[in-house]
Amino acid sequence: MQRRLGGRGRRLRLAVIPAVLVFLASCASHAPQDSLKAHGPVARKEDHLYFIVFGIATAVFVLVVGLLIATVVLHRHRPGRPDPIQVHGNTKLEIGWTVIPALLLVGVAFPTIFTIFDLAKEPTKNVLPVEVYGHMWWWEYRYPTLGISTANEMHIPVKTPVRLSLRTIEPGLPAAKGEEFAAGVIHSFWVPPLAGKQDVVPGRVNKLTIEADEPGTWRGQCAEYCNLSHANMRLRVISQTQSDFQAWVAQQAKPVVVPQSGDAAAGYKLFTGRGTCIGCHTMQGVEGATARVGPNLTHLMGRDMFAGDTFDITPENLNRWIHNPSAMKPMRPEQGTGMPNLTATGPHLTDAEINQLVAFLTTLK
Amino acid sequence: MQTAISAAPHTPAPGDHDYTVTGIDSRKLGMWAFLASECLFFGALISSHLLYRARAPQGVKLPHDVYDIPYTSVSSFVLLMSSLTMVLALAAIQRGDHRRLRLWLLATAFLGTVFIGGQVYEFTTFTHHGVNLSSSVAASSFFLLTGFHGVHVTVGILWLLSLVGISLRGQLPAEKHLQVEIAGLYWHFVDVVWILIFTVVYLVPNHH
Amino acid sequence: MAVAVTQAPARPFARPRSEHGFWSWISTVDHKRIGILYGVTAFLFFLVGGTEALLIRLQLAGPNGKILSAEEYNQLFTMHGTTMIFLVVMPTAAAFGNYFVPILIGARDVAFPRLNAFGYWAFLSGGLFLYSSFLFGGAPDGGWFGYAPQTIGRFNPGHGIDFWLIGLVITGIGSLTAAANFIVTTLNLRAPGMTLMRMPVFVWMNLVVSFLLLFAIPVITVALFELYFDRNFGSNFFNANLGGDPVLWQHLFWLFGHPEVYILILPAMGIVSEVLPVFSRKPLFGYSVVVFSGIAIGFMGWGVWAHHMFAVGLGPVANSAFAASTMFIAVPTGVKIFNWLATTWGGDLRLKTAMLFALGFIGEFTIGGLSGVTHAVVPSDYQQTDTYYIVAHFHYVLFGGAVLGLFAGVYYWFPAVTGKLLNEKLGKLHFWLIVIGLNLTFGPMHILGLQGQPRRTYQYPKGMGWEFWNGIETLGAFIIAASILVFIFNAVKTMRSKEMAPPDPWDARTLEWTIPAPPPAYNFAEIPVVHARDDFWHRKYTEDENGRLVRIPAGGSDEASGVSGQGTVATEHDGHDGHEEHGDGHGHGIHMPSPSYFPALAALGIMVVAYGAVYHWWIGAIGGVILLAGIFGWGNEPLAEEH
Repeated sequence: MQRRLGGRGRRLRLAVIPAVLVFLASCASHAPQDSLKAHGPVARKEDHLYFIVFGIATAVFVLVVGLLIATVVLHRHRPGRPDPIQVHGNTKLEIGWTVIPALLLVGVAFPTIFTIFDLAKEPTKNVLPVEVYGHMWWWEYRYPTLGISTANEMHIPVKTPVRLSLRTIEPGLPAAKGEEFAAGVIHSFWVPPLAGKQDVVPGRVNKLTIEADEPGTWRGQCAEYCNLSHANMRLRVISQTQSDFQAWVAQQAKPVVVPQSGDAAAGYKLFTGRGTCIGCHTMQGVEGATARVGPNLTHLMGRDMFAGDTFDITPENLNRWIHNPSAMKPMRPEQGTGMPNLTATGPHLTDAEINQLVAFLTTLK
Repeated sequence: MQTAISAAPHTPAPGDHDYTVTGIDSRKLGMWAFLASECLFFGALISSHLLYRARAPQGVKLPHDVYDIPYTSVSSFVLLMSSLTMVLALAAIQRGDHRRLRLWLLATAFLGTVFIGGQVYEFTTFTHHGVNLSSSVAASSFFLLTGFHGVHVTVGILWLLSLVGISLRGQLPAEKHLQVEIAGLYWHFVDVVWILIFTVVYLVPNHH
Repeated sequence: MAVAVTQAPARPFARPRSEHGFWSWISTVDHKRIGILYGVTAFLFFLVGGTEALLIRLQLAGPNGKILSAEEYNQLFTMHGTTMIFLVVMPTAAAFGNYFVPILIGARDVAFPRLNAFGYWAFLSGGLFLYSSFLFGGAPDGGWFGYAPQTIGRFNPGHGIDFWLIGLVITGIGSLTAAANFIVTTLNLRAPGMTLMRMPVFVWMNLVVSFLLLFAIPVITVALFELYFDRNFGSNFFNANLGGDPVLWQHLFWLFGHPEVYILILPAMGIVSEVLPVFSRKPLFGYSVVVFSGIAIGFMGWGVWAHHMFAVGLGPVANSAFAASTMFIAVPTGVKIFNWLATTWGGDLRLKTAMLFALGFIGEFTIGGLSGVTHAVVPSDYQQTDTYYIVAHFHYVLFGGAVLGLFAGVYYWFPAVTGKLLNEKLGKLHFWLIVIGLNLTFGPMHILGLQGQPRRTYQYPKGMGWEFWNGIETLGAFIIAASILVFIFNAVKTMRSKEMAPPDPWDARTLEWTIPAPPPAYNFAEIPVVHARDDFWHRKYTEDENGRLVRIPAGGSDEASGVSGQGTVATEHDGHDGHEEHGDGHGHGIHMPSPSYFPALAALGIMVVAYGAVYHWWIGAIGGVILLAGIFGWGNEPLAEEH
């Protein structure tokens, strides 16, 4: 009996080839937040498990879809065929395809649970603690053992477990009695090349360990919907050699270098005075300028991007930003979340004043 | 052609709307299904309260600090007695005593109203002590749980009064005793939920 | 011989009695018409939800999309998810359940016909109320999952979230009443001989779903009320500033939410279990196992909820426990897949459109199920969760699974409802377009998720490596849209055509094919006596000693099953002119429940109460009066008008 592959079967076989190509192509393309290209031990353990399960899942997929195609090809109605034999079941088979998947899953469960506990362990050797504060819609980092704080761009030394403690706060909103800050919404800290994510939940302090094998810049972003500008709450982690990292720490610890002349000096005066900037932004070395409503700007120019790691730090962007922040990044300053429009409200800054502020900001290395 | 309404007992046949495979009237089965869902409803409310019962800001009173157990015991007893009167109401209609039916239904509704009134007074007292819906999560969960229970009691009271009205119109003959029985199922359930609430919320002490 | 019809004298506010025209649809208590109402309404919401999806895909087709603002996008993805789950998939399953469960068990109607109507009107008013938010200051933007605290008043002022909360309470009430109705109907109104283990699998799945709804809806209702009280009455359930725990919201939501996904998929699995045997001309392989695995899924579905919360920080013990329970729920699910394949194996497969959709379900749902197993590997889920990889998973199971399964039901049961067959060529075009479209739309989402694209983001920057696949996905979405246009064209063309299908066009197995199409109001002139599972099939065929089919000649008898042969369906096609409700009762007066406005009135009252809950208490009071009027009227009128 000649068994030709029916049109449908042939089409489905042909579909496999592009599918394979597609898969290979996606492995090759450059994606800075690729979670399957691990650059640290935490991500590597997580990816390792994925590759195992993905392999099993692919095998099951091929089996099931193969059987599906086969049954269509072999058993589709052909004229003159008699009615099929009426089979009601087969207990042995049914037990088989209950027990075998169950055993496979037990096999997967063991390394899964082992890794869950392994990843939950508190690292003990050579740990750098960093406090992460999720705000709407930017990231604040404080290094309690180093006495520095920064925003959105976290520097870490290579080959060092960095133990993050995750909190969410909204300093722009009234705090509860006895509390320093109002609690914020849920965020999730995620830098895929280094580690899977951990949610940042009000009312608790979650922990996450990240570690980088080598120096590099690793991209990430908030991964729990935090309403309006969730998409714009990005971050990066820059891992450095020990000496580079120490140099960075030393730089971050320095107070502001006060400009002495020109637009920059006028900008400094505005920043610390009429402009109301220190009402929200920390400026190290300025008396009382320790607010955490917005990011610490003392060493702004040392970062790659600003506003939640979203925009390149250019004078044009800074200028547009101060003119109307919500036009660049949707925010709700009227509700206490996000930077207000300082031209339309508050100090009603003029264009000239904004130029001066930008001149000042660009000195902040 | 119309199926005759006969005085002889009507055995439902397949296709009749009152046919049952289980032997349990569909309306009764329906009420049991509804009560099963209500178990989850009150279960979720009680769980929320169990989580929050000891949480209040510094210096703010917990509900536990202002409970008057003797008082609430009395109102719980009142509600418990209303289940007794409900049973008596059902017994009355089953033996065709319509006056007593209405009497016991009214008594049940009355006792339920006394219970609700007692809660109104109790909650007003709590608010004077600074325990209200906003004062703490312990209080929020307490009031939501007992408030929803109170709503259920109130709906029951309205239902019982409707039955009294229907009976006064002569439209609740002894054959329709199932309607009273189903109302009774609901009423007893609401009472049992209160026993649970009283025990878990009021009587079980907080661990600080 | 006329069926008894209401003949009450006309009077003001008279009980409606018409079987035709617009008002007859408002007052109908016929489970079949209610099924049609559910189905048509759900399909219209499907078009709305699909349009929302197309807008989302247009926005995400390229980096830094400018078609939608962040506000608009956040509202659209919230409404898309809420619509598809609560206003499309659930009501479509209810449409099939309503239309067919009574017929499949040999009954004339559900246990509570007016409550049944009320369930539909509650669905409609909840859906309309939710969508009216667009007109009243903006739709909700908290996501379909509404996580606190970004949904509490301090972070989300305005009324959008309140429309979401109360809209879902209303649709939940509808679902709860439908669930109780189906449970009582299935337990109490089965025809003689229709034991539980002879019921069609679709009826079983609907029963399991009804129990899931019965227990899950109250839990989300509590969560919705707690959030409503937080937003409007100053309670603090989810306000961490005052001791509230946002994770409580997640526990309550997902305790509902996980059974909910089985509520979404089991009816489609039931349909597939009906279609495959008919179009393979073989019985379902392992009926008992398929039924028990459905029940097992119903039970086990309560033990996996925190797998939606692996990154919340519940701790390694909790995460491990839920990893294990999640892996093991794959076992009963996988069993069904193999039983379905075995049903087709060795069969004589007729690849009609309904069958293609059922086979497509198997392939696509398997993909979604397997990606689900990968989520259970918790450490890997720390990378996967909240990314497009998850979006891929649930669209494969819900679109590739539930939607394809429901379309199988549409093509299969279209002749039973309308007496007409949908065009096969157009049906096949619909199928291939939708399969190509869905794989192009949701397949690449696996890749994008693993490449770091998170969910619920209204834009993404250049240079992330995501542009290419996002473009493909947008193309795929429009291919899906094209397939739906083909379907609509097919449906309209078929309804307009005068060509009627032969009775029992698929040579099927179950009772719905033994009555005329469209069925008379009373379904069965005589309640059937059931002698076997797939009773209709066994009236047509018996098996020889080799298991081969032997046709029973019409009028002959099958001694084995003791049935007198009734090889063809009882034809009631004479008199097939739209007056079936007066039909040809066989010498009995068949007394059907009379139409009633009160269910619709009660639902309207609830809708007015809802506006009161958002705006002013006195609006709520007016709604309460309408609701009470509806309830009292309903309670006072008899189920059917007597002479």
